[in-house]
Amino acid sequence: MYAVRHIALNVFKESVRDRVLYSLVAFAALLIGGSFLIGQLTAGSDMKIIKDLGLAAIATFGLLIAVFIGIGLVWKEVERRSIYGLLSKPVRRHEFIVGKYAGLALTLLVNVAMMTAAFYLVLAFMDTQFPENVRAIWPAPAVDPGMLRAIALIVVELLLVTALALFFSTFSSPFLSAGLTVGLWVIGHFNADLRNFEAVVDSRTAASFARALYYVLPNFAAFDIKTQVVHALPVPASYLITTTAYGLVYVALLLTGAVVIFGRRDFK
Amino acid sequence: MSRSALVLILVLSAGVIGLQAVHERRGGPLAAATENFLYVQSPEAMQRLALSYDALLADLYWIRAVQHFGSTRLSQDPNKQYDLLYPLLDLTTSLDPRFRLAYLLGAIFLSEPPPGGPGRADLAIALLEKGRRADPREWQYPLSIGFVHYWWRQDYQEAAAWFLRAADLPKAPEWLRPLAATTLAQGGSRESSRVLWRQILDTAEVNYLRSEAMRRLDQLDAMDQLDALRAAVNAYRDRFGASPDGWEDLRRAGYLRGNPVDPTGTPYRFADGTVSLDATSPLHPLPTEPVRLR
Repeated sequence: MYAVRHIALNVFKESVRDRVLYSLVAFAALLIGGSFLIGQLTAGSDMKIIKDLGLAAIATFGLLIAVFIGIGLVWKEVERRSIYGLLSKPVRRHEFIVGKYAGLALTLLVNVAMMTAAFYLVLAFMDTQFPENVRAIWPAPAVDPGMLRAIALIVVELLLVTALALFFSTFSSPFLSAGLTVGLWVIGHFNADLRNFEAVVDSRTAASFARALYYVLPNFAAFDIKTQVVHALPVPASYLITTTAYGLVYVALLLTGAVVIFGRRDFK
Repeated sequence: MSRSALVLILVLSAGVIGLQAVHERRGGPLAAATENFLYVQSPEAMQRLALSYDALLADLYWIRAVQHFGSTRLSQDPNKQYDLLYPLLDLTTSLDPRFRLAYLLGAIFLSEPPPGGPGRADLAIALLEKGRRADPREWQYPLSIGFVHYWWRQDYQEAAAWFLRAADLPKAPEWLRPLAATTLAQGGSRESSRVLWRQILDTAEVNYLRSEAMRRLDQLDAMDQLDALRAAVNAYRDRFGASPDGWEDLRRAGYLRGNPVDPTGTPYRFADGTVSLDATSPLHPLPTEPVRLR
């Protein structure tokens, strides 16, 4: 456990050294700039657009960090040959993988938490810019704690993306890992099409294959409840629990796979 | 950074800015590049391409729809084309089916007659029907459909039926039933139009809608004032056996106290014995007088 914590903290410190947290500046600039521009460009709906922009930016910045740091976590150690030194210490291979994953997860959590705080600050400021009669017809208040549900699922989605990137980085190059991770993330948004494939093809075999893929591939579309929270539509607690459980079990599966593959790698 | 590198960066920056200025002075991009174009028109395709950014893309298409409507409306082109307006609104509302303002304001844009809009009341109703399918409990959609029937189609029976449908929905305001009754009893009268626009003014969520309602109310006032001025001209003609030469004659005869101006402060026109709204007035052109129940 000590080794896992130590590796995780090192990954976190390294990401801070690599100026990953600079993304927060870009996020804040995007959000503040967007808030001023949107009022000039559109007729009404400013608050909805700011919320959409903020949630999408949190998801995108998180995704970029998860993919581009996740793919180098293992590869960098192998490439620099620092893996030899590491594994010669009392660090077991599964601790190395779990520690790396936990470190990046911690980086993402800190990042998302700070982006969320900045997001709510901008919303609180925007709230003061509208008269009472306009605020009265918004489906939800500007500083709506209900949006945390969408952010929570974004975090679970990012944890899953990180696990995917780490999984691929245990056996392939960063370029290929990035391609595979982003590819699966994209495919994961078409899950509904895979489920309904039988409606567009006559072949039972193809339909069964698509149905199998529907169950096996990560369903990233399930984590997206941004539209629902912005419009203050109900999101049942059971949905949040099931989706979170789905994400975490998938993460456990990928980490197990990564540990198995990494454990079998020969670094001689 | 060495001094020569700094100089080079400054020179190159000046070059880029200078060339951009030359480019702009020569008229900017070539005509073909500025033509309005929508690469993806299929809402189904765009829903898939959007991945998890459907709401954000809906916002972008909404901004584009507002810009397209506004820039076309303000352009000096005598042949204004709003071809992209409905496809943009359709994409917006397909990507975010709960985008209430895109339905409500989009319908107003679509039904505005040329040159201020495309004059497509049919598409406005289609858009609002789409909104109703997405959220059948929202009373503003049937109210807006009734409004399109009332104002642009002058079909008061249909308008009253939609107002009643809106009144049946949860959270509907109490004034909807009286509005339906007034529409049926005296649809098309200025007074019933005034009631409708006043309600829109009171419940408007955005500045555009508020100023549009105020403009329409001013137009109704201007129509009343024009009627009164025409009555004064006729009374003068009956009394003196000839048309007045101008406002001065009417004032001297005691029909007016000063030069009449419309609600925006623009003087009314008086030429060849005829009173009319000045073409430079923000209220020009006045809406067509309803004909069916007048």
